[in-house]
Amino acid sequence: MKSSKKDFIAETEELIEEAERLLTEVQETYSSGVNPDTINALFRAVHTIKGISGLFGFKDIADFSHAFESLLDDIRLGRLGITEDVVRFLFSNTDAIKKVFEDIEAERPHDVSGYLKNIASFREAAKESGGEGRPEDLLARIDPSIIKVLSEYEEHRLKTNIKEGKGIYLARAVFSLTDFDKLLNDLTGRIKAQGEQISTLPTSSDLPPESIGFNILFGSVRPREDLAQALGIPVDEFVQCKSAPAPPPPVPAPKTQEASLKSASTYVRVDIEKLDRILNTISELNLARSATNRIAAEMKEEFGHTPLVIDVFKISQSFERRITELKEQVLEIRMIPIGQIFSRLGQVIRRYSREAGKQIELVLYGEDTEIDKYLAEEIIDPLMHIVRNAIDHGMETAAERKGLGKRENGTIVLKAFQRGNHVIIEVKDDGPGVDVEKVRRKAVEKGLMAEGAEMTDREILDFIFMPGFSTKATVSEISGRGVGMDVVKEKLSSLGGFVDVETEKGKGTTFTLTVPITLAILKALIVRVGRERFAIPLTSSSESLVIEHKDIQTIEGRDVYNLRGEMLPIVRIANVYDIDGEVSERSFAVVVGFGERRIGLFVDEMIGQHEIVIKSLGDYFKGLRGFAGAAEIGKHEVVLVIDVESVIEDSLSKQRVAHHV
Amino acid sequence: MKSVLVVEDSATTRAMIRAAIEDMGEDFTALEASTGFEALKMLPREELDLIITDINMPDVNGLELINFVKSNPNYRHIPMVIVTTERSSEDKERGLSLGASAYVTKPFRSEELQAVIAKILNQ
Repeated sequence: MKSSKKDFIAETEELIEEAERLLTEVQETYSSGVNPDTINALFRAVHTIKGISGLFGFKDIADFSHAFESLLDDIRLGRLGITEDVVRFLFSNTDAIKKVFEDIEAERPHDVSGYLKNIASFREAAKESGGEGRPEDLLARIDPSIIKVLSEYEEHRLKTNIKEGKGIYLARAVFSLTDFDKLLNDLTGRIKAQGEQISTLPTSSDLPPESIGFNILFGSVRPREDLAQALGIPVDEFVQCKSAPAPPPPVPAPKTQEASLKSASTYVRVDIEKLDRILNTISELNLARSATNRIAAEMKEEFGHTPLVIDVFKISQSFERRITELKEQVLEIRMIPIGQIFSRLGQVIRRYSREAGKQIELVLYGEDTEIDKYLAEEIIDPLMHIVRNAIDHGMETAAERKGLGKRENGTIVLKAFQRGNHVIIEVKDDGPGVDVEKVRRKAVEKGLMAEGAEMTDREILDFIFMPGFSTKATVSEISGRGVGMDVVKEKLSSLGGFVDVETEKGKGTTFTLTVPITLAILKALIVRVGRERFAIPLTSSSESLVIEHKDIQTIEGRDVYNLRGEMLPIVRIANVYDIDGEVSERSFAVVVGFGERRIGLFVDEMIGQHEIVIKSLGDYFKGLRGFAGAAEIGKHEVVLVIDVESVIEDSLSKQRVAHHV
Repeated sequence: MKSVLVVEDSATTRAMIRAAIEDMGEDFTALEASTGFEALKMLPREELDLIITDINMPDVNGLELINFVKSNPNYRHIPMVIVTTERSSEDKERGLSLGASAYVTKPFRSEELQAVIAKILNQ
């Protein structure tokens, strides 16, 4: 893909996201009066989408956004009032534009003519009669040199303010050219707390050379003296406000201001692929570093501790420190606060719960927890599945809840925190919980377990992650979409993480997603089995032991080892990959997994730790199970990286089969 | 050497305009401002031969920028070109009456913009 097209896609994605956020704000505030800045920002986002898609020759999306923009223009200029229908229509069009855009990205066929017709007929049907009603006489009181600079939209806002009986004022401020943007932002923040800012006119007449003046036109319900005092600068009055006693000033909209500040910030947008390339270079530097170390060791053998040898050692060490620093800095760039993901989920929850007719409160914890951008993008779909499920099946209606003695509003808690090298994300609802008995019956029906087999609730719950497993009362299927929890599980596993579920009847369900903080570079244990070497990511392992074979017990056909009072299932890597391992009295065991999903992997030798960058095995080996990829570990040696999750998975499912026998 | 300031809040559009300017030859350089504020800050620092501005921008919009430039004796001589969509035809008229020299309607072809720039700078 050409890089300019990539930029186009990145900017459009951002704009669509921004539009969704603004639209959610509109939805939440339209009944009490939307901040016109929000509508205008929404208009501007769609306007920009139209502009850039036109420039890039994507006629369909340009036409669509043009029609959408016209609709927003009607709203912005007061020709169309905001009702629930309008908000719903705006949402459906935002979704549609997103879909068309995705089709374009994936080069799939698409047709926008239906959307265009819909918008045209919606505008026709909804348009209110009459125009603005021109308060020209009052407009005449305002300095014509200001009027002529107003854009059509600003003029409309001015008229609206006058019609609403607000006073029209002009605040004048002078700042130094070097730092005016910050000071002006402070001032506009104060003005927005008093009313609506209509226009910001920079001026330089009659001012010292290194300064700049701003004339800010705004509307407010408060008298001139109050405003001059609140703002601390001179305020002129063009039109007196009608209502004498001032109702409390509207709350300022910090969000909108934040958004408009964004472009003035010092951020740059970087394609994550570029960061990946830097990480690749770093891992190659690491190889060079180990080579220096090896050379130094060989020199020491040959020449002893000569000053030259010591020098080489020192350089190798400082080399290592710098590489580590560099790596940490690049990894840090890739990190984003998980709050970004939460707010996207929040929008879905609010919309979706409204559509489902359920009142759901959203509680967020740990929004500052940082996670790799790539991982964040990858887990959003699984999270979305879980959240939608929670709303669909995991939540009673308000009436049902009342009958059960629960609070009428359901609650969904999204919580993130860091544990070691992992980020844990919990999605917790206070709905009815999963009916374990129903899951059991279904599992028996599907032949997944024997009638009367003894299994814990936890083991039974695990069935909801099996492909094609679905009971309506469980959370295993997303309404209408046919996507099962198995997809969620698979996705997590491909990221080196896993998903867990806990439920309590009548009280609710908690899904826990565990993902590594970053995928990019990780420490791995290099082990040998027979003549083969493998890498085991250290993020998945908790400890290593030496186990005497005589201490291994066999329970129900399974090898287990008593590790501090808990039974640790043993898996021989040699058997998993069908390799000739060594025969000896003892083996090394690498303990991998967490909690009840912990197993010991038997290997012949532990070679050491290495930082690796996992590379994909490519399409040819796509179906190969048991390996997460390959990595280079120096001297052009390539090892396979063990996919710990799938090994655990296979071992536990064998265990289950063993139960049945 | 002619230096052209591009004031536009969309990074993609900005990059496109810049490419069109740089395509015109080594005699042309493009400077970029992503907001009206940034443009105001650059005015005293840079010797500009032309300003190309969008209308619809946060903080100071294109009309306000034109008004500022055209009412300041130090900058009045700098020609200005409006780049905007067909929607804001009224805004375009206002921009011209405030002193802008021309406008180009989005979406435009590079040659179209280049012709306008060449014409203004050769006058």
